[in-house]
Amino acid sequence: MFTGLSFSVGSGASLQVTGANGIGKSSLLRTIAGLVSLTEGELTVEDGDPELTVGEHCHYFGHQNSNKPALTALENLSFWRDFTAPMSKTVFDGSAQAPLAALEMLGIGHTASIPAAYLSAGQGRRLALARLIVTPRPIWLMDEPTSALDTTSEAHLLYLMNLHLKRGGMIITATHTELALSKKQKLHLQAAELA
Amino acid sequence: MTGWMGSLFRRELRLAVRVGGSGLVGVLFFLAVVTVIPFGVGPDLNLLARIGPAVLWIGALLATLLGLDRLFQADRDDGALDLILMSGRPTELVVLVKCAAHWVATGLPLVIAAPVLAIFLNLEPVAIGAVTITLLVGTPALTLIGAIGASLTVTLRRGGLLLAVLVIPLAIPVLIFGVSAADAAVNDPVPFLTPFSILCALTLISAVVGPFASAAALRFSSD
Repeated sequence: MFTGLSFSVGSGASLQVTGANGIGKSSLLRTIAGLVSLTEGELTVEDGDPELTVGEHCHYFGHQNSNKPALTALENLSFWRDFTAPMSKTVFDGSAQAPLAALEMLGIGHTASIPAAYLSAGQGRRLALARLIVTPRPIWLMDEPTSALDTTSEAHLLYLMNLHLKRGGMIITATHTELALSKKQKLHLQAAELA
Repeated sequence: MTGWMGSLFRRELRLAVRVGGSGLVGVLFFLAVVTVIPFGVGPDLNLLARIGPAVLWIGALLATLLGLDRLFQADRDDGALDLILMSGRPTELVVLVKCAAHWVATGLPLVIAAPVLAIFLNLEPVAIGAVTITLLVGTPALTLIGAIGASLTVTLRRGGLLLAVLVIPLAIPVLIFGVSAADAAVNDPVPFLTPFSILCALTLISAVVGPFASAAALRFSSD
């Protein structure tokens, strides 16, 4: 799918993947996440936990929120907190908020006991985002993170992302809009010239 | 049970209970299958008593198949399956815990309903007890074998029918030994324990093979 693709992201840096629709931005993120297997080449995390795969160092924030409509916001979030294996503190010392505090921080604390079915699109998106700050993982893979968010939430998202970078985390986003992230690198995917 | 497994188990049970009584639907279907048989074969009480264990077992098998297609599909539809695969937890154990919760929500109600339905089929008390025990031991095997089919058909939009076609042949040994153990309890010449031990062994084997095969299929499905 990709040829001649090579990149590295340093600690505390972000990579913005751009390119036309259908060029493979999402596929690249899913490959890093380990959801699509590599046929060639390799992915490594330097100074990571050698027992974990690259995908297990990552949080994947994709198009789908993965919220169960029948569970309340807090139940959804608490489940992901308990279920997702955290990084050991020696590898990455990131944000490990309590679920309720994370909901408060994202401004949806009042929805904690409401079934996720009643959340608006933006609130559902924020609930999915809360997943990233309850379990510390160094790499955030974010596919169109700003979709369905209003300007205030977008500012909030950027604040969280920059906070994550400041702690030494890494962020790889696939996006069309410019995001004001610190230490930003860009990767532009292009269709190969047909010989 | 360590933290994350308990958490997953509670989540699955909550979903099963809140999303719309999958257990109750299974029991109603079981009831429909069992009550319709006497109308088909006629009012011969001896015949009913003889085929009763088989009818209950087939009813339980079909009712189990009914809810299996949602075992992984709901998680795939909302992207949760991706997160589960990335979670850093062994997928085999995730499958096992999901099956356990699914069985408690859908299989256990069938086992509890079986003695009541057995009365409709004119079974004698010993046979009722035997059928209930064989169902208690055998239905987990049906869920675990069904998990393989559920993970193979997880990418298909309407995988329910294909799932049934895939799972039924694999479930035949469980059916054979379940029914023969229940029969053996009533008809003297064969000892009850021989087919019953094989049934227990089948459940244990599927508790190992099911999660491994199912986890492999799930990893493959995300490609």
